[in-house]
Amino acid sequence: MTLYSRDHEWIRIDGNVATIGISQYAQAQLGDVVFVDLPETGKAIEKGKEAAVVESVKAASEVYAPISGTVFEVNAALTDNPGLVNEDPEGRGWFVKLHVPQGTDTSHLLSEADYKAYLDTL
Amino acid sequence: MTEPSSEDPQGELLATPLYGLHVALGARMVPFAGYAMPVQYPAGILAEHKWTREAAGLFDVSHMGQAVVEAPDWATAAAALETLVPADVAGLAPGRQRYTQLLNEAGGIVDDLMIARPADPASGRLMLVLNASRKHVDVATIAARLPAGVTIAPQPDRALLALQGPKAGAVLEAMAPDLAGTIFMDVRTVSLDGWIDATVSRSGYTGEDGFEISVAADVAEALARRLLDHPDVHPIGLGARDSLRLEAGLCLYGHEIDETTSPVEAGLVWSIQKRRRDEGGFPGIDRFRREMAEGPARVRVGILPEGRAPAREGTEIRARDGRPVGVVTSGGFAPTLNAPVAMGYVEPALAAPGTELDLVVRGKPLPARVAALPFVLTRFKRRSL
Repeated sequence: MTLYSRDHEWIRIDGNVATIGISQYAQAQLGDVVFVDLPETGKAIEKGKEAAVVESVKAASEVYAPISGTVFEVNAALTDNPGLVNEDPEGRGWFVKLHVPQGTDTSHLLSEADYKAYLDTL
Repeated sequence: MTEPSSEDPQGELLATPLYGLHVALGARMVPFAGYAMPVQYPAGILAEHKWTREAAGLFDVSHMGQAVVEAPDWATAAAALETLVPADVAGLAPGRQRYTQLLNEAGGIVDDLMIARPADPASGRLMLVLNASRKHVDVATIAARLPAGVTIAPQPDRALLALQGPKAGAVLEAMAPDLAGTIFMDVRTVSLDGWIDATVSRSGYTGEDGFEISVAADVAEALARRLLDHPDVHPIGLGARDSLRLEAGLCLYGHEIDETTSPVEAGLVWSIQKRRRDEGGFPGIDRFRREMAEGPARVRVGILPEGRAPAREGTEIRARDGRPVGVVTSGGFAPTLNAPVAMGYVEPALAAPGTELDLVVRGKPLPARVAALPFVLTRFKRRSL
């Protein structure tokens, strides 16, 4: 199940692995992505803190971790092909995988339906 | 995610005569210099940039200031402007224009602008194109210095369109045969398709051949639609306009140049012709002569980051020993090079192409080298031998 933050990150939790990226809406707002600055593996990231930086032709934007965890994998494909974030933001354009504790609280995040309703308010 | 930055709207935004067309074309509108302007159309900045380099791009630059200086005769008009700018205005041939800078008494740049002389040699008129963010300051600055009998009048009822790219010449020459044979910096008053009166200069801000087309506001949309009907012409937003000018190594007011920077620091000495260098008579002449003799404290350079990370405006530039030596004034991604590029100011000792520097991006020093400008060779239509 995919959950969303109000900052337009998505997160998919499978056991104690959480995959993070930015939403379709976010990539459309950014425009052409030309560089993604990914964290080092092993780095601990707190909920709400910077997990990555995505650079479009226009500007740099920070991507925040929707929950706390430790980076154990980054999407190396983005180094050579940052345009994957535009092509498939919620699939092959993922950014990082975090180890997260079992039972991490996700009550602050939105379901897909709630996120779509939230986008309609913007 | 942080929202991509855009300027905070300050009160009511002005609309250019093409506002409705931009919206109809699906543009994303953003505040820029007090106007609602298209930053990109649905194709996106990369595609728009590449289209301009390969075919022809249509830009709405109606936010820019247009003004007319009127004097009883040419010599009076030229002499009046020469008290304000360092270009050789008197030496401008009929039907030609020059790039120059409006200078303050300290030799800083109030604005950069184009000055055009009509094709009629008897005309005492000069046509100016000014930056949108500076046009009111410019007109006030110029008006305060003009002698009796010489006036400056803004032209708010005129629109300005730019058609840029290797196919721009064929597209516009088909609409106005008088433009065939014109070269870079020529100016002509023509009738487009036999009914749109336009003042056209063969110039632009992309490094490509192309035109800036001044027309009455009430025919601007008809002209834009007519140009966009051509299969080689696509609409291009401010996003690609910025990446195109950055590749071309051109200054943007408020970034590379401002009231503290001088033409010598900014590498614009080429725009100050020999007679003016020798005779002076323009604001800031003391600073100009000192910087020409002793060298400026800083100089504008091109910079190529070695990695993929763009270095944005404000990025600190360090020498390889860690010493801060300057700051990035424009930085981004160059679609033609498929690599990041930047411009900035450094100490003159570090300005030679190939000099190794570091750019401090998000706290990390990233290796970069000074590069010759422009990053992408310009393709202005010059006189052929």
